[in-house]
Amino acid sequence: MLKVDKIEVKYGGMPVIHEVSFEINEGELVSMVGANGAGKTTILKTIEGRLHPTKGKIEFENEDISKSSTSDAVRRGITYIPQERRIFTPLSVEENLRLGAYSLKDKEKIEENLEYVYKLFPILKERRKQKGGTFSGGEQQMLAIARGLMASPKLLMLDEPSLGLMPKLVTEVLEVVKKLSEEGHTILLVEQNVREALELADRAYVLQTGRTIQEGTGEELLQSDIVKKAFLGI
Amino acid sequence: MEVLVSQALVSGILMGLVFSLIALGLTIIFGVMNIVNFAHGEFLMIGMYAAYWSAVILSMEPLLTLPIAAAIGFVLGIASYYLLVRHLLRGPMIAQLLGTFGLMLFLRYLALFIFGPNFKTLSKGVLIGKTFMMGPVVIDWSKFFVGLLSLVSFLLVYWIINYTKTGKALLATSIDAEAASYMGIKTEWMNGLAWGLGGATVGIAGALLINFYYVYPTVGILFCMLAFATVALGGFGSIKGAFLAGLIIGLIETFFGQFVSSELKFAVIYALYFIVVALRPEGMFGWK
Ligand SMILES: Nc1ncnc2c1ncn2[C@@H]1O[C@H](COP(=O)(O)OP(=O)(O)OP(=O)(O)O)[C@@H](O)[C@H]1O
Ligand SMILES: [Mg+2]
Repeated sequence: MLKVDKIEVKYGGMPVIHEVSFEINEGELVSMVGANGAGKTTILKTIEGRLHPTKGKIEFENEDISKSSTSDAVRRGITYIPQERRIFTPLSVEENLRLGAYSLKDKEKIEENLEYVYKLFPILKERRKQKGGTFSGGEQQMLAIARGLMASPKLLMLDEPSLGLMPKLVTEVLEVVKKLSEEGHTILLVEQNVREALELADRAYVLQTGRTIQEGTGEELLQSDIVKKAFLGI
Repeated sequence: MEVLVSQALVSGILMGLVFSLIALGLTIIFGVMNIVNFAHGEFLMIGMYAAYWSAVILSMEPLLTLPIAAAIGFVLGIASYYLLVRHLLRGPMIAQLLGTFGLMLFLRYLALFIFGPNFKTLSKGVLIGKTFMMGPVVIDWSKFFVGLLSLVSFLLVYWIINYTKTGKALLATSIDAEAASYMGIKTEWMNGLAWGLGGATVGIAGALLINFYYVYPTVGILFCMLAFATVALGGFGSIKGAFLAGLIIGLIETFFGQFVSSELKFAVIYALYFIVVALRPEGMFGWK
Protein backbone atom coordinates (compact mmCIF):
# COMPACT_ATOMS: atom_id res chain seq x y z
CA MET A 1 0.00 0.00 0.00
CA LEU A 2 2.77 2.43 0.99
CA LYS A 3 6.25 2.09 -0.36
CA VAL A 4 9.03 4.39 0.79
CA ASP A 5 12.04 3.97 -1.42
CA LYS A 6 15.46 5.31 -0.39
CA ILE A 7 14.26 8.76 0.56
CA GLU A 8 16.51 11.57 1.70
CA VAL A 9 14.95 14.54 3.51
CA LYS A 10 16.70 17.80 4.34
CA TYR A 11 16.04 20.72 6.64
CA GLY A 12 17.64 23.85 5.18
CA GLY A 13 20.22 21.88 3.22
CA MET A 14 21.06 19.51 6.07
CA PRO A 15 20.01 15.93 5.41
CA VAL A 16 18.37 14.33 8.45
CA ILE A 17 16.92 11.28 6.69
CA HIS A 18 19.34 9.18 4.66
CA GLU A 19 18.15 6.54 2.21
CA VAL A 20 15.31 5.29 4.32
CA SER A 21 13.19 2.53 2.80
CA PHE A 22 10.24 0.65 4.19
CA GLU A 23 6.80 -0.49 3.25
CA ILE A 24 3.40 -1.07 4.71
CA ASN A 25 0.89 -3.57 3.40
CA GLU A 26 -2.83 -3.22 3.70
CA GLY A 27 -4.14 -4.16 7.14
CA GLU A 28 -0.74 -4.15 8.82
CA LEU A 29 0.31 -2.42 11.97
CA VAL A 30 3.87 -1.26 11.43
CA SER A 31 5.81 0.33 14.27
CA MET A 32 8.75 2.64 13.89
CA VAL A 33 10.89 3.11 16.93
CA GLY A 34 13.93 5.24 17.58
CA ALA A 35 15.45 7.72 20.01
CA ASN A 36 14.69 11.43 20.20
CA GLY A 37 15.78 13.18 17.05
CA ALA A 38 16.13 9.98 15.03
CA GLY A 39 13.86 11.44 12.35
CA LYS A 40 10.55 9.67 12.98
CA THR A 41 8.37 12.76 12.78
CA THR A 42 10.27 13.94 9.73
CA ILE A 43 9.45 10.72 7.91
CA LEU A 44 5.76 10.91 8.76
CA LYS A 45 5.57 14.54 7.66
CA THR A 46 7.28 13.64 4.42
CA ILE A 47 4.72 10.92 3.70
CA GLU A 48 1.98 13.43 4.49
CA GLY A 49 3.41 15.93 1.98
CA ARG A 50 4.36 18.56 4.53
CA LEU A 51 8.01 17.97 3.57
CA HIS A 52 9.33 16.56 0.32
CA PRO A 53 12.13 14.07 -0.24
CA THR A 54 15.21 15.41 -2.03
CA LYS A 55 16.03 11.89 -3.22
CA GLY A 56 14.08 8.67 -3.54
CA LYS A 57 10.40 8.07 -3.97
CA ILE A 58 7.21 7.52 -2.01
CA GLU A 59 4.45 5.44 -3.56
CA PHE A 60 0.94 5.08 -2.22
CA GLU A 61 -1.37 2.57 -3.92
CA ASN A 62 1.16 2.38 -6.75
CA GLU A 63 1.15 6.11 -7.43
CA ASP A 64 4.11 8.40 -6.86
CA ILE A 65 3.21 10.89 -4.13
CA SER A 66 6.72 12.25 -3.49
CA LYS A 67 5.68 15.68 -4.73
CA SER A 68 2.08 15.64 -3.49
CA SER A 69 0.76 18.38 -1.27
CA THR A 70 -0.59 17.65 2.19
CA SER A 71 -4.18 18.19 1.10
CA ASP A 72 -3.61 15.72 -1.73
CA ALA A 73 -2.16 13.13 0.65
CA VAL A 74 -5.17 13.53 2.95
CA ARG A 75 -7.54 13.16 0.00
CA ARG A 76 -5.77 9.95 -0.98
CA GLY A 77 -6.48 8.59 2.47
CA ILE A 78 -3.27 9.22 4.41
CA THR A 79 -3.99 10.77 7.77
CA TYR A 80 -1.36 12.06 10.18
CA ILE A 81 -2.05 12.46 13.86
CA PRO A 82 0.64 14.85 15.00
CA GLN A 83 2.93 14.40 17.96
CA GLU A 84 1.70 17.66 19.54
CA ARG A 85 -1.93 16.57 18.96
CA ARG A 86 -2.80 20.02 17.68
CA ILE A 87 -6.42 20.08 18.72
CA PHE A 88 -8.26 23.23 17.68
CA THR A 89 -8.56 24.32 21.29
CA PRO A 90 -11.10 27.15 20.90
CA LEU A 91 -13.46 24.86 19.00
CA SER A 92 -15.82 22.25 20.43
CA VAL A 93 -15.16 18.52 20.28
CA GLU A 94 -17.73 18.10 17.53
CA GLU A 95 -16.32 20.99 15.49
CA ASN A 96 -12.88 19.41 15.79
CA LEU A 97 -14.26 16.07 14.63
CA ARG A 98 -16.10 17.56 11.67
CA LEU A 99 -12.92 19.33 10.59
CA GLY A 100 -11.32 15.91 10.61
CA ALA A 101 -13.79 14.92 7.90
CA TYR A 102 -13.01 18.00 5.82
CA SER A 103 -11.72 15.90 2.93
CA LEU A 104 -14.96 13.87 2.69
CA LYS A 105 -17.78 14.97 0.42
CA ASP A 106 -20.38 12.37 1.40
CA LYS A 107 -22.49 13.80 4.23
CA GLU A 108 -23.86 10.42 5.25
CA LYS A 109 -20.36 9.06 5.54
CA ILE A 110 -19.44 11.93 7.85
CA GLU A 111 -22.38 11.21 10.16
CA GLU A 112 -21.50 7.52 10.06
CA ASN A 113 -17.91 8.26 11.05
CA LEU A 114 -19.11 10.53 13.83
CA GLU A 115 -21.23 7.70 15.21
CA TYR A 116 -18.25 5.38 14.90
CA VAL A 117 -15.81 7.57 16.83
CA TYR A 118 -18.42 8.40 19.46
CA LYS A 119 -18.89 4.69 20.00
CA LEU A 120 -15.15 4.22 20.23
CA PHE A 121 -14.77 7.13 22.69
CA PRO A 122 -18.06 7.62 24.55
CA ILE A 123 -16.53 10.44 26.60
CA LEU A 124 -16.25 12.54 23.45
CA LYS A 125 -19.97 12.15 22.84
CA GLU A 126 -20.81 13.17 26.39
CA ARG A 127 -18.67 16.25 26.06
CA ARG A 128 -19.19 17.02 22.41
CA LYS A 129 -20.13 20.66 23.03
CA GLN A 130 -17.13 21.27 25.24
CA LYS A 131 -14.11 23.16 23.91
CA GLY A 132 -11.11 21.01 22.96
CA GLY A 133 -8.83 23.21 25.07
CA THR A 134 -10.54 22.17 28.28
CA PHE A 135 -9.49 18.53 27.84
CA SER A 136 -6.62 16.83 29.65
CA GLY A 137 -3.63 15.46 27.75
CA GLY A 138 -5.03 11.95 27.52
CA GLU A 139 -8.43 13.15 26.41
CA GLN A 140 -6.85 15.41 23.82
CA GLN A 141 -4.98 12.42 22.44
CA MET A 142 -8.24 10.48 22.15
CA LEU A 143 -9.78 13.47 20.41
CA ALA A 144 -6.80 13.71 18.05
CA ILE A 145 -7.16 10.03 17.15
CA ALA A 146 -10.92 10.36 16.73
CA ARG A 147 -10.43 13.44 14.53
CA GLY A 148 -7.99 11.47 12.41
CA LEU A 149 -10.48 8.60 12.03
CA MET A 150 -13.14 11.03 10.81
CA ALA A 151 -11.36 11.20 7.45
CA SER A 152 -11.97 7.46 6.80
CA PRO A 153 -8.21 7.01 6.42
CA LYS A 154 -6.74 4.15 4.44
CA LEU A 155 -3.47 4.67 6.26
CA LEU A 156 -3.39 6.10 9.77
CA MET A 157 -0.06 7.49 10.97
CA LEU A 158 0.20 8.01 14.72
CA ASP A 159 3.13 10.07 16.00
CA GLU A 160 3.94 9.09 19.59
CA PRO A 161 0.35 8.91 20.79
CA SER A 162 1.45 8.03 24.31
CA LEU A 163 3.86 10.94 24.70
CA GLY A 164 3.56 12.77 28.00
CA LEU A 165 0.80 10.56 29.37
CA MET A 166 0.85 8.79 32.70
CA PRO A 167 1.39 5.01 32.57
CA LYS A 168 -2.27 4.09 32.94
CA LEU A 169 -3.21 6.30 30.01
CA VAL A 170 -0.29 5.02 27.94
CA THR A 171 -1.77 1.54 28.22
CA GLU A 172 -5.20 2.89 27.38
CA VAL A 173 -4.04 4.69 24.25
CA LEU A 174 -2.08 1.68 23.04
CA GLU A 175 -5.17 -0.48 23.66
CA VAL A 176 -7.04 1.81 21.30
CA VAL A 177 -4.33 1.43 18.67
CA LYS A 178 -4.54 -2.33 19.04
CA LYS A 179 -8.30 -2.27 18.68
CA LEU A 180 -8.12 -0.11 15.56
CA SER A 181 -5.64 -2.51 14.07
CA GLU A 182 -7.88 -5.47 14.86
CA GLU A 183 -10.77 -3.69 13.18
CA GLY A 184 -8.70 -3.71 10.00
CA HIS A 185 -7.14 -0.25 9.94
CA THR A 186 -3.72 0.03 8.37
CA ILE A 187 -1.48 1.80 10.87
CA LEU A 188 1.98 3.28 11.00
CA LEU A 189 2.83 3.76 14.66
CA VAL A 190 5.76 5.81 15.89
CA GLU A 191 6.54 5.18 19.53
CA GLN A 192 9.17 5.57 22.21
CA ASN A 193 7.54 2.93 24.36
CA VAL A 194 9.57 0.44 22.41
CA ARG A 195 8.51 -2.78 24.09
CA GLU A 196 4.78 -2.09 23.79
CA ALA A 197 5.11 -0.82 20.24
CA LEU A 198 6.99 -3.94 19.18
CA GLU A 199 4.56 -6.24 20.95
CA LEU A 200 1.67 -4.67 19.06
CA ALA A 201 3.35 -4.58 15.68
CA ASP A 202 3.07 -7.01 12.81
CA ARG A 203 6.36 -5.62 11.58
CA ALA A 204 8.68 -2.91 12.80
CA TYR A 205 11.62 -0.72 11.85
CA VAL A 206 14.31 0.71 14.08
CA LEU A 207 15.49 4.16 13.14
CA GLN A 208 18.77 5.71 14.24
CA THR A 209 20.00 9.15 13.18
CA GLY A 210 18.00 9.09 10.00
CA ARG A 211 18.73 5.50 8.96
CA THR A 212 16.78 2.29 9.35
CA ILE A 213 19.19 0.02 11.18
CA GLN A 214 16.90 -2.97 11.66
CA GLU A 215 13.67 -4.40 10.48
CA GLY A 216 11.62 -7.48 11.13
CA THR A 217 8.52 -8.74 12.81
CA GLY A 218 7.75 -7.34 16.23
CA GLU A 219 8.93 -10.54 17.95
CA GLU A 220 12.15 -10.66 15.97
CA LEU A 221 13.06 -7.14 16.99
CA LEU A 222 12.15 -7.76 20.62
CA GLN A 223 14.77 -10.54 20.56
CA SER A 224 17.40 -8.55 18.67
CA ASP A 225 20.54 -7.47 20.48
CA ILE A 226 20.49 -3.91 19.22
CA VAL A 227 16.96 -3.33 20.44
CA LYS A 228 17.61 -5.05 23.74
CA LYS A 229 20.69 -2.96 24.40
CA ALA A 230 19.56 0.38 23.06
CA PHE A 231 15.94 0.46 24.13
CA LEU A 232 14.99 -2.22 26.57
CA GLY A 233 17.97 -1.91 28.88
CA ILE A 234 18.52 -5.66 29.01
CA MET B 1 -29.53 68.80 25.16
CA GLU B 2 -31.34 65.48 25.30
CA VAL B 3 -32.09 65.72 21.62
CA LEU B 4 -28.43 66.41 20.88
CA VAL B 5 -27.39 63.38 22.91
CA SER B 6 -29.88 61.09 21.18
CA GLN B 7 -28.79 62.54 17.87
CA ALA B 8 -25.13 61.79 18.65
CA LEU B 9 -26.03 58.34 19.91
CA VAL B 10 -27.82 57.41 16.70
CA SER B 11 -25.12 58.88 14.44
CA GLY B 12 -22.42 57.27 16.56
CA ILE B 13 -23.94 53.82 16.28
CA LEU B 14 -24.58 54.14 12.55
CA MET B 15 -21.02 55.33 11.93
CA GLY B 16 -19.72 52.66 14.31
CA LEU B 17 -21.34 49.94 12.21
CA VAL B 18 -19.36 51.17 9.21
CA PHE B 19 -16.14 51.22 11.26
CA SER B 20 -16.83 47.63 12.33
CA LEU B 21 -17.23 46.56 8.72
CA ILE B 22 -14.02 48.36 7.73
CA ALA B 23 -12.13 46.69 10.57
CA LEU B 24 -13.56 43.25 9.78
CA GLY B 25 -11.26 42.59 6.82
CA LEU B 26 -8.21 43.76 8.73
CA THR B 27 -8.96 41.46 11.64
CA ILE B 28 -9.71 38.45 9.39
CA ILE B 29 -6.39 38.83 7.57
CA PHE B 30 -4.55 39.25 10.82
CA GLY B 31 -6.38 36.33 12.39
CA VAL B 32 -5.58 33.93 9.59
CA MET B 33 -1.96 34.84 8.97
CA ASN B 34 -0.67 37.32 11.54
CA ILE B 35 -0.09 40.05 9.01
CA VAL B 36 -1.17 43.66 9.30
CA ASN B 37 -2.41 44.94 5.99
CA PHE B 38 -1.22 48.53 5.85
CA ALA B 39 -2.90 48.92 2.47
CA HIS B 40 -6.33 48.33 4.01
CA GLY B 41 -7.26 52.01 3.77
CA GLU B 42 -6.27 51.99 0.12
CA PHE B 43 -8.53 49.00 -0.47
CA LEU B 44 -11.31 51.16 0.98
CA MET B 45 -10.35 54.04 -1.30
CA ILE B 46 -10.49 51.72 -4.32
CA GLY B 47 -13.90 50.47 -3.23
CA MET B 48 -15.07 54.08 -3.02
CA TYR B 49 -13.74 54.93 -6.47
CA ALA B 50 -15.18 51.72 -7.90
CA ALA B 51 -18.62 52.68 -6.62
CA TYR B 52 -18.19 56.32 -7.58
CA TRP B 53 -17.18 55.65 -11.16
CA SER B 54 -19.77 52.91 -11.65
CA ALA B 55 -22.43 55.33 -10.44
CA VAL B 56 -21.16 58.16 -12.65
CA ILE B 57 -20.19 56.36 -15.83
CA LEU B 58 -22.95 53.75 -15.88
CA SER B 59 -25.37 56.17 -14.19
CA MET B 60 -26.14 53.51 -11.64
CA GLU B 61 -27.91 53.94 -8.37
CA PRO B 62 -25.02 54.10 -5.85
CA LEU B 63 -26.46 51.32 -3.70
CA LEU B 64 -26.45 48.95 -6.66
CA THR B 65 -22.70 49.37 -7.03
CA LEU B 66 -22.12 47.29 -3.89
CA PRO B 67 -21.59 44.01 -5.74
CA ILE B 68 -19.16 45.69 -8.13
CA ALA B 69 -17.11 47.16 -5.28
CA ALA B 70 -17.24 43.83 -3.45
CA ALA B 71 -16.01 41.95 -6.52
CA ILE B 72 -13.23 44.45 -7.20
CA GLY B 73 -12.18 44.32 -3.54
CA PHE B 74 -12.20 40.53 -3.61
CA VAL B 75 -9.99 40.36 -6.69
CA LEU B 76 -7.71 43.07 -5.32
CA GLY B 77 -7.30 41.16 -2.05
CA ILE B 78 -6.60 37.84 -3.74
CA ALA B 79 -4.18 39.44 -6.21
CA SER B 80 -2.33 41.19 -3.38
CA TYR B 81 -1.93 37.88 -1.63
CA TYR B 82 -0.78 35.79 -4.55
CA LEU B 83 1.39 38.42 -6.23
CA LEU B 84 2.96 40.01 -3.16
CA VAL B 85 2.14 38.80 0.34
CA ARG B 86 2.76 35.12 -0.33
CA HIS B 87 6.36 35.96 -1.21
CA LEU B 88 6.80 38.27 1.78
CA LEU B 89 5.88 35.43 4.13
CA ARG B 90 9.20 33.76 3.44
CA GLY B 91 11.09 36.86 4.52
CA PRO B 92 11.61 38.31 7.97
CA MET B 93 8.85 40.14 9.88
CA ILE B 94 10.17 43.51 8.74
CA ALA B 95 9.77 42.51 5.08
CA GLN B 96 6.11 41.76 5.76
CA LEU B 97 5.61 45.16 7.39
CA LEU B 98 7.38 47.08 4.68
CA GLY B 99 5.75 44.97 1.98
CA THR B 100 2.16 45.91 2.73
CA PHE B 101 3.33 49.44 3.60
CA GLY B 102 4.77 49.58 0.10
CA LEU B 103 1.51 48.27 -1.32
CA MET B 104 -0.27 51.11 0.47
CA LEU B 105 1.98 53.77 -1.07
CA PHE B 106 1.81 52.10 -4.48
CA LEU B 107 -2.00 52.06 -4.57
CA ARG B 108 -2.27 55.55 -3.11
CA TYR B 109 0.01 57.19 -5.64
CA LEU B 110 -1.36 55.14 -8.48
CA ALA B 111 -4.80 56.52 -7.56
CA LEU B 112 -3.37 60.01 -7.40
CA PHE B 113 -1.95 59.57 -10.89
CA ILE B 114 -5.12 58.11 -12.37
CA PHE B 115 -7.84 60.08 -10.57
CA GLY B 116 -6.04 63.31 -9.63
CA PRO B 117 -6.15 64.89 -6.18
CA ASN B 118 -9.69 66.30 -6.36
CA PHE B 119 -12.45 65.38 -3.96
CA LYS B 120 -15.31 63.60 -5.63
CA THR B 121 -18.77 63.22 -4.28
CA LEU B 122 -22.01 61.80 -5.58
CA SER B 123 -25.00 64.06 -5.97
CA LYS B 124 -27.52 61.58 -7.33
CA GLY B 125 -28.94 58.56 -5.55
CA VAL B 126 -32.15 57.52 -3.84
CA LEU B 127 -30.68 58.09 -0.40
CA ILE B 128 -28.55 61.13 -0.95
CA GLY B 129 -29.56 64.28 0.87
CA LYS B 130 -32.82 62.82 2.26
CA THR B 131 -33.64 62.68 5.94
CA PHE B 132 -36.37 61.36 8.19
CA MET B 133 -37.38 61.98 11.79
CA MET B 134 -37.32 59.41 14.54
CA GLY B 135 -38.95 61.24 17.41
CA PRO B 136 -36.95 64.44 17.69
CA VAL B 137 -33.88 62.95 16.03
CA VAL B 138 -33.10 63.76 12.40
CA ILE B 139 -31.56 60.85 10.54
CA ASP B 140 -30.01 60.83 7.08
CA TRP B 141 -31.49 58.07 5.00
CA SER B 142 -28.06 57.51 3.56
CA LYS B 143 -26.42 57.09 6.95
CA PHE B 144 -29.26 54.91 8.16
CA PHE B 145 -29.03 52.56 5.20
CA VAL B 146 -25.26 52.55 5.22
CA GLY B 147 -25.26 51.55 8.89
CA LEU B 148 -27.90 48.90 8.27
CA LEU B 149 -26.15 47.42 5.25
CA SER B 150 -22.83 47.45 7.11
CA LEU B 151 -24.48 45.42 9.83
CA VAL B 152 -26.01 43.01 7.33
CA SER B 153 -22.66 42.56 5.54
CA PHE B 154 -20.86 42.04 8.82
CA LEU B 155 -23.37 39.41 9.99
CA LEU B 156 -23.23 37.67 6.63
CA VAL B 157 -19.45 37.28 6.85
CA TYR B 158 -19.74 36.21 10.49
CA TRP B 159 -22.22 33.56 9.41
CA ILE B 160 -20.02 32.38 6.55
CA ILE B 161 -17.03 31.99 8.86
CA ASN B 162 -18.87 30.19 11.64
CA TYR B 163 -21.44 28.14 9.81
CA THR B 164 -20.12 27.10 6.40
CA LYS B 165 -17.58 24.43 5.64
CA THR B 166 -15.20 26.88 3.97
CA GLY B 167 -15.64 29.32 6.83
CA LYS B 168 -14.81 26.62 9.35
CA ALA B 169 -11.70 25.78 7.34
CA LEU B 170 -10.72 29.45 7.46
CA LEU B 171 -11.27 29.47 11.20
CA ALA B 172 -9.23 26.30 11.62
CA THR B 173 -6.41 27.84 9.57
CA SER B 174 -6.45 30.92 11.79
CA ILE B 175 -6.21 28.75 14.91
CA ASP B 176 -3.46 26.42 13.69
CA ALA B 177 -2.50 26.39 10.02
CA GLU B 178 -0.35 23.28 10.26
CA ALA B 179 -3.10 21.28 11.98
CA ALA B 180 -5.54 22.59 9.37
CA SER B 181 -3.31 21.24 6.62
CA TYR B 182 -3.49 17.78 8.22
CA MET B 183 -7.28 17.96 7.86
CA GLY B 184 -6.74 18.32 4.11
CA ILE B 185 -7.44 22.06 4.13
CA LYS B 186 -5.54 23.98 1.46
CA THR B 187 -4.15 26.59 3.81
CA GLU B 188 -2.51 28.58 1.04
CA TRP B 189 -5.92 29.08 -0.56
CA MET B 190 -7.34 29.97 2.87
CA ASN B 191 -4.76 32.76 3.15
CA GLY B 192 -5.80 34.00 -0.28
CA LEU B 193 -9.44 33.74 0.71
CA ALA B 194 -8.81 35.78 3.87
CA TRP B 195 -7.35 38.52 1.69
CA GLY B 196 -10.24 38.20 -0.74
CA LEU B 197 -12.80 38.47 2.06
CA GLY B 198 -10.84 41.34 3.59
CA GLY B 199 -10.84 43.17 0.26
CA ALA B 200 -14.50 42.44 -0.46
CA THR B 201 -15.79 43.64 2.91
CA VAL B 202 -13.77 46.84 2.89
CA GLY B 203 -14.80 47.34 -0.76
CA ILE B 204 -18.45 47.15 0.33
CA ALA B 205 -17.71 49.62 3.12
CA GLY B 206 -16.22 51.97 0.53
CA ALA B 207 -19.24 51.68 -1.74
CA LEU B 208 -21.47 52.45 1.25
CA LEU B 209 -19.42 55.42 2.42
CA ILE B 210 -19.59 57.08 -0.99
CA ASN B 211 -23.28 57.74 -0.29
CA PHE B 212 -22.34 60.51 2.14
CA TYR B 213 -18.56 60.86 2.10
CA TYR B 214 -16.25 62.23 -0.57
CA VAL B 215 -13.48 60.21 -2.11
CA TYR B 216 -9.92 61.31 -2.84
CA PRO B 217 -6.68 59.33 -3.23
CA THR B 218 -5.56 59.71 0.38
CA VAL B 219 -8.96 59.09 1.98
CA GLY B 220 -7.62 55.76 3.25
CA ILE B 221 -5.26 57.34 5.78
CA LEU B 222 -7.96 58.41 8.19
CA PHE B 223 -10.06 55.28 7.91
CA CYS B 224 -7.07 52.99 8.11
CA MET B 225 -5.91 54.63 11.34
CA LEU B 226 -9.40 54.18 12.77
CA ALA B 227 -9.49 50.57 11.61
CA PHE B 228 -6.15 49.86 13.31
CA ALA B 229 -7.46 51.32 16.54
CA THR B 230 -10.64 49.26 16.17
CA VAL B 231 -8.78 46.00 15.62
CA ALA B 232 -6.30 46.66 18.41
CA LEU B 233 -9.08 47.64 20.81
CA GLY B 234 -11.23 44.65 19.96
CA GLY B 235 -8.35 42.21 19.96
CA PHE B 236 -6.23 41.25 16.96
CA GLY B 237 -7.98 38.58 14.97
CA SER B 238 -11.22 38.82 16.94
CA ILE B 239 -14.37 39.29 14.91
CA LYS B 240 -16.66 39.98 17.85
CA GLY B 241 -14.06 42.39 19.16
CA ALA B 242 -13.97 44.29 15.88
CA PHE B 243 -17.74 44.64 16.00
CA LEU B 244 -17.89 46.06 19.52
CA ALA B 245 -14.80 48.20 19.16
CA GLY B 246 -16.20 49.67 15.93
CA LEU B 247 -19.32 50.76 17.79
CA ILE B 248 -17.28 52.20 20.66
CA ILE B 249 -15.09 54.17 18.30
CA GLY B 250 -18.10 55.38 16.33
CA LEU B 251 -19.66 56.67 19.53
CA ILE B 252 -16.47 58.36 20.75
CA GLU B 253 -16.01 59.92 17.36
CA THR B 254 -19.46 61.47 17.25
CA PHE B 255 -19.69 62.42 20.93
CA PHE B 256 -16.32 64.08 21.07
CA GLY B 257 -16.80 65.59 17.64
CA GLN B 258 -20.10 67.07 18.67
CA PHE B 259 -19.58 68.08 22.29
CA VAL B 260 -15.88 68.62 22.77
CA SER B 261 -13.86 69.23 19.65
CA SER B 262 -13.38 67.39 16.41
CA GLU B 263 -9.63 67.83 16.68
CA LEU B 264 -9.60 65.99 19.96
CA LYS B 265 -11.71 63.02 18.94
CA PHE B 266 -8.93 61.03 17.28
CA ALA B 267 -6.58 61.72 20.18
CA VAL B 268 -9.25 60.37 22.51
CA ILE B 269 -9.72 57.24 20.41
CA TYR B 270 -6.03 56.52 20.58
CA ALA B 271 -5.84 57.40 24.26
CA LEU B 272 -8.56 54.83 24.89
CA TYR B 273 -6.63 52.36 22.82
CA PHE B 274 -3.46 52.98 24.89
CA ILE B 275 -5.39 52.44 28.10
CA VAL B 276 -6.89 49.17 26.88
CA VAL B 277 -3.53 48.00 25.61
CA ALA B 278 -1.86 48.82 28.91
CA LEU B 279 -4.49 46.86 30.83
CA ARG B 280 -5.04 44.07 28.33
CA PRO B 281 -2.34 43.97 25.64
CA GLU B 282 -4.37 41.44 23.68
CA GLY B 283 -7.33 43.83 23.37
CA MET B 284 -10.83 43.32 24.72
CA PHE B 285 -11.37 39.88 23.19
CA GLY B 286 -7.98 38.21 23.18
CA TRP B 287 -6.28 36.98 20.11
CA LYS B 288 -9.03 34.89 18.63
N1 LIG C 1 12.01 22.30 11.50
C1 LIG C 1 13.25 21.78 11.63
N2 LIG C 1 14.33 22.47 11.20
C2 LIG C 1 15.56 21.97 11.32
N3 LIG C 1 15.85 20.77 11.88
C3 LIG C 1 14.82 20.04 12.32
C4 LIG C 1 13.47 20.51 12.23
N4 LIG C 1 12.65 19.58 12.76
C5 LIG C 1 13.46 18.57 13.16
N5 LIG C 1 14.75 18.84 12.90
C6 LIG C 1 15.90 17.97 13.18
O1 LIG C 1 15.74 16.80 12.42
C7 LIG C 1 16.10 15.66 13.18
C8 LIG C 1 14.96 14.69 13.23
O2 LIG C 1 13.88 15.28 13.94
P1 LIG C 1 12.47 14.57 14.16
O3 LIG C 1 11.57 15.54 14.79
O4 LIG C 1 12.05 13.96 12.88
O5 LIG C 1 12.86 13.42 15.18
P2 LIG C 1 11.94 12.44 15.98
O6 LIG C 1 12.49 11.09 15.77
O7 LIG C 1 10.52 12.64 15.65
O8 LIG C 1 12.23 12.88 17.47
P3 LIG C 1 11.27 12.95 18.75
O9 LIG C 1 11.22 11.57 19.31
O10 LIG C 1 11.98 13.87 19.67
O11 LIG C 1 9.95 13.45 18.29
C9 LIG C 1 16.53 16.18 14.54
O12 LIG C 1 17.92 16.26 14.55
C10 LIG C 1 15.92 17.55 14.62
O13 LIG C 1 16.72 18.40 15.40
MG1 LIG D 1 8.90 13.22 16.68
